[in-house]
Amino acid sequence: MSFVRFFLLLAAQIIIFNNIDLFGYINPFPYILFILLFPVNGNKQLLIITSFLLGITMDLFSNSGGVHAAACLILAYARPYIFKFSFGVSYEYQTIKINDVLTPERFSFLLVSVIIHHFTLFILEVFQLSSLWDILLRTIIGTLFTLLICIILIYIFKPSKR
Amino acid sequence: MQQIFNFIFKNSHRLLFLLLLLISLVLTIQSHSFHRSKVISSANFLSGGVYERINGFSEYLNLQTQNEILVQENARLKSQLFNIKDSTLVPSLDSIKGIDKVNLIVSKVIRNSYNVYENYITIKGGEKAGIKPDMGVVNSLGIIGIVDNTSEKYATVMSILNRKSQINAKIKKTNHFGSLIWDGKSTGFVQLIDVPRLAAIRKGDTIVTGGQSVIFPENINIGTIDKIYIDNQTNYYTLNVKLFNDMTNLGHVYIIKSKDREEIINLENQTKNE
Repeated sequence: MSFVRFFLLLAAQIIIFNNIDLFGYINPFPYILFILLFPVNGNKQLLIITSFLLGITMDLFSNSGGVHAAACLILAYARPYIFKFSFGVSYEYQTIKINDVLTPERFSFLLVSVIIHHFTLFILEVFQLSSLWDILLRTIIGTLFTLLICIILIYIFKPSKR
Repeated sequence: MQQIFNFIFKNSHRLLFLLLLLISLVLTIQSHSFHRSKVISSANFLSGGVYERINGFSEYLNLQTQNEILVQENARLKSQLFNIKDSTLVPSLDSIKGIDKVNLIVSKVIRNSYNVYENYITIKGGEKAGIKPDMGVVNSLGIIGIVDNTSEKYATVMSILNRKSQINAKIKKTNHFGSLIWDGKSTGFVQLIDVPRLAAIRKGDTIVTGGQSVIFPENINIGTIDKIYIDNQTNYYTLNVKLFNDMTNLGHVYIIKSKDREEIINLENQTKNE
């Protein structure tokens, strides 16, 4: 399942979402859904390695060095801590599913994750502290846009109950 | 010894994270610091092939504008052809044997980026078509960039909308030189810096490539002066240049193959080494 998601999200990102250019420079990055939807108690090493592969493929297609790879790695590494922040300390013993009806916990998890990813991404991409406002602006608009697309995608592909 | 193994085993995902993070940071810093040292570039068979397919679809939506641009270029070339002044003029010395100093390779943009500070364009045609790094890329309206990386069938071009790009340019009327850079703010404007204060310039003057670089021939269109201001630190003019090209909508491009390039570079290297 994760394997299929990896390629589908990557393909959608490269073919569709990389060409949106809202206001001329904002693209949503819903490909990070792969990291967010990875099984909660899944293999940590596997997640780190696949996140790196995901990011480096994005870099390959956008000529950006290792920017996406670094941002994805940081998100993958921070994921357990974001779980703890959003779902409480004992999240490991609950059955958390991210791709389900939106609750405040799930929303806060998505929000924090997207902010962390986008902030690292834009810092590394712009690579100039004098344009801090630009980094923040890109992070804010990009976060809202990505979050919206992610929630829409989750609702579209939500496993049906019954 | 046992403890070391235990430590590695316990923290294996942390160590893995640090290792991979180090690799990606090195790649990032490299891509920001050097020209053409990129390991990760879209001039490879995978991303090149994918972009070519995508472009095959989106090209149809754009056919009309591209046709119009080509028709306009045709009209201009025809008008030049019909208005040749005097065919009995003595040919200038460097074309006496009928050899062109500059050759063109026709190519097509398959991927264009303009939404970050360091933009690259991927074009069809690579080493097989004779494209090499450091060749200039233009279209009928003006300059586009410089070839950065090449593979067998594809090449990446450092767009003029790239903070690392720096191109020698001059004011057509007065012949004053400056460097063409991009401040990353708007895709329609670039900046010409270090123009001497002596230059008599006005809004609307044309900016063209200067003859000091071996990449572009002289007098290729770039844009017109939009705003003039004085740099407080250097006391030189900084000009905001409105591009003739719409960098967000590129179709066919020409790659300039300069025959004199290697000769000039060899000569300069020889002089330096002595």
